[in-house]
Amino acid sequence: MIEFRAVTKRFEDGTIAVDELDLTVEAGTITVFVGPSGCGKTTSLRMVNRMIDPTSGTILVDGKDVLTVDPPTLRRGIGYVIQQAGLFPHRTVLDNVATVPLLSGWDRRKARTRAAELLEIVGLDPAFGKRYPAQLSGGQQQRVGVARALAADPPVLLMDEPFSAVDPVVREDLQNELLRLQAELDKTIVFVTHDIDEALKLGERVAVFQTGGHLAQYARPTELLAAPANDFVASFVGRDRGYRTLTFLHADVPVHPITTAKLGQRITVTDWTLVVDDANRPKGWLSGVDGEVEISEQDLISGGSLYDGSTLRGALDAALSSPSALGVVVDDAGAVTGVVKADDVIKALAKARAAGEVPK
Amino acid sequence: MTWIFENWERFWEVTEVHLRLSVVPVVIGFLLSIPLGWVASRSNTARAILFPLANILFTIPSIALIVITPVLIGVKILDEINVVVPLVIYTVALMVRSVADALSAVPGHVTAAANAMGFRPLRRFLTVDFPLALPVTIAGLRVATVSNISMVSVGALVGLGGYGQLFTEGYQTDHTDKVLAGLIGTIVLAALADGLLLLIGRLLTPWTRAGR
Amino acid sequence: MGDWLFDPAHWSGTTGIPVRLLEHLGYTLLTLLIAAVIAIPLGAFVGHTGKGGFLVVGLSNVLRALPTTAVLILVVLWAGLGDFPVYVALVLLAIPPIMAGTYAGIRAVDPVTVDAARGVGMRESGVLLNVEIPNALPLIYGGFRGAALQVVATATIAAYTGAGGLGRLVFDGLALQEFGQMLAGAVLVALLAVLVDLGFAGLQRLTVSPGLRPVGTGGKR
Ligand SMILES: Nc1ncnc2c1ncn2[C@@H]1O[C@H](COP(=O)(O)OP(=O)(O)OP(=O)(O)O)[C@@H](O)[C@H]1O
Ligand SMILES: [Mg+2]
Repeated sequence: MIEFRAVTKRFEDGTIAVDELDLTVEAGTITVFVGPSGCGKTTSLRMVNRMIDPTSGTILVDGKDVLTVDPPTLRRGIGYVIQQAGLFPHRTVLDNVATVPLLSGWDRRKARTRAAELLEIVGLDPAFGKRYPAQLSGGQQQRVGVARALAADPPVLLMDEPFSAVDPVVREDLQNELLRLQAELDKTIVFVTHDIDEALKLGERVAVFQTGGHLAQYARPTELLAAPANDFVASFVGRDRGYRTLTFLHADVPVHPITTAKLGQRITVTDWTLVVDDANRPKGWLSGVDGEVEISEQDLISGGSLYDGSTLRGALDAALSSPSALGVVVDDAGAVTGVVKADDVIKALAKARAAGEVPK
Repeated sequence: MTWIFENWERFWEVTEVHLRLSVVPVVIGFLLSIPLGWVASRSNTARAILFPLANILFTIPSIALIVITPVLIGVKILDEINVVVPLVIYTVALMVRSVADALSAVPGHVTAAANAMGFRPLRRFLTVDFPLALPVTIAGLRVATVSNISMVSVGALVGLGGYGQLFTEGYQTDHTDKVLAGLIGTIVLAALADGLLLLIGRLLTPWTRAGR
Repeated sequence: MGDWLFDPAHWSGTTGIPVRLLEHLGYTLLTLLIAAVIAIPLGAFVGHTGKGGFLVVGLSNVLRALPTTAVLILVVLWAGLGDFPVYVALVLLAIPPIMAGTYAGIRAVDPVTVDAARGVGMRESGVLLNVEIPNALPLIYGGFRGAALQVVATATIAAYTGAGGLGRLVFDGLALQEFGQMLAGAVLVALLAVLVDLGFAGLQRLTVSPGLRPVGTGGKR
């Protein structure tokens, strides 16, 4: 658990980066600090491991005032991941990851073995251990950064925009990986970002900071979306608030049957038909105006996103992005089980609202 | 210090010689290194020849160059040209690199824009590339000038003029004051020349301090 | 020159070429060692703390302007003939490039890397010794090798006050008006400089982390 008690940071030039911050980060959760550039997220984070000392106020980690611990010792017990990864260019990946165990006095062999384990945990082939950071992609460097932070198994992890320098696809991978890791490791994580989507996705609780170092709201993502504390939070959470709410709803949407066909088949197409492969996985759509055809690859109209039964947002997106307006539903193996319609999603939302599942 | 005031005329005389023997090679060497540096900045082949050559020239001891020069160009050992030629060589060896690096560092979009506006090569070099390369070039020139001023004294070991004469005379007559006088003269001269170049550089490149 | 250089008589005895070469090499290596012991900690400390940078630059400039001949002669006049004045003069010559290279090298280490080093819990000494210096090594070597070239070339002057080294060939040749001997001295000094530089280039390859080589040339892919 991390507690900020009336914490203020005023830099020498008079800038007030953090203003009377009161906030408790629950143990074993991911708490996200989000807000516009310069609102004091990094400063708040860096006060936890004493990279910056507060001007006034107290920060407690598991009940202990951080100012009573000498900084290097404190930092060895707190994982720290930063945007540019900050790997040591002169050390191999393996030695980078082994840094904190070695600092904490482990013997070399044990530290290396642990480092190799961690590479696997963060999803890197241990063969990467011999490379130098300059020989890795940005996403791989970020994974090494996370592995390095986890190496000594610290209970607390501080992450400052760890995924903001990589492309959106890799970012999503890394986010999912973090959620998976957290399910296993149960760390107390403070995660800084200025991307509201990332905050809503990762955070069990989200602290929205306002320029000038004020905490504008500290709440669960659903509450944030449903009941922004003020105009600033409302505008920061954004125009797509209603749509984002769907991310947190898991209501049932009726799945309709759909005619499927295979490549090479001769059929008369009367309506939208879904072409699947031998494992019943979707390949594309045939439109209903072609008359009798022998189905070939170039007749296919590629489809939209697939709905795997998770959230209403996924269902609505599948329907809206499909050329037939029918969202393809797939099971865990990727096989087609039917389709969903946008109308049904809206109805499900109304039902959830009536049942009080959507916080107002 | 008292030696300087008691022997002011002598001091002034060696100062003049020292100044001449160090400034002349800097000027000649600088002028030679501009076209050479330009070539090195444009062609990898030229660079691959000029840079290692400059390094090797730099490893030849100055005293050796000073004693060899007269034999090679057929003048007497006491001719001032025997100091000037080696120092020109050192200046060029130092400055070719500075000039080439400075010209290579001119942003590509600037030269492209100049070409697009219809500058011819020579005009572009004189009015765009070279001025933009001046800050780095002048930094190199300052190093070359200071080391030249300090190196001229070596000539005195074979009997040539400048402050070095005060060193050798002081050594032969066990006269520390005289050596110190030459030492002080060298440092003051170097500091003045360095400051002057710094000032000239600032006056020539006002844009480097704009918007700060 | 060839005649003088390849005459077997000049390759033996206590004043032969091998002895002169070793003397010259000895001056060079010991000078570099002393200068490095003084200049690297100074440059590293100033680079690490960021305090006194102008002092390093100022000191370097003053030392650069100092004529080695004058220093040599002054120390001889004060302390008498011998190797001591040679070392004083050469060490003062070698300090500025080594100190400037170290200072610049430490300053050029990516602040993010240094921040991360503190972030994982290194103490200040660890940050300097295990992160800043290893990353600054390429520039430290740059300054050091520059100093080595200058020291090899300038050690020639030591012979003016009667010390040894290859400068003996030059000054004795000058006194005897023996051009071949002077030229042989000059060529041998240049050759020694190239060899010394090659040696340090090899040392640099061995001690600088492959992770710091320009991407594309270093390590295995
Ligand atoms: N060392 C410093 N000295 C003076 N002001 C500083 C210092 N560090 C940060 N600040 C100021 O404090 C404020 C908060 O900075 P901080 O880095 O915490 O912002 P941030 O929320 O992390 O922003 P970003 O999203 O851009 O990373 C900013 O106005 C910044 O300019
Ligand atoms: Mg920040």
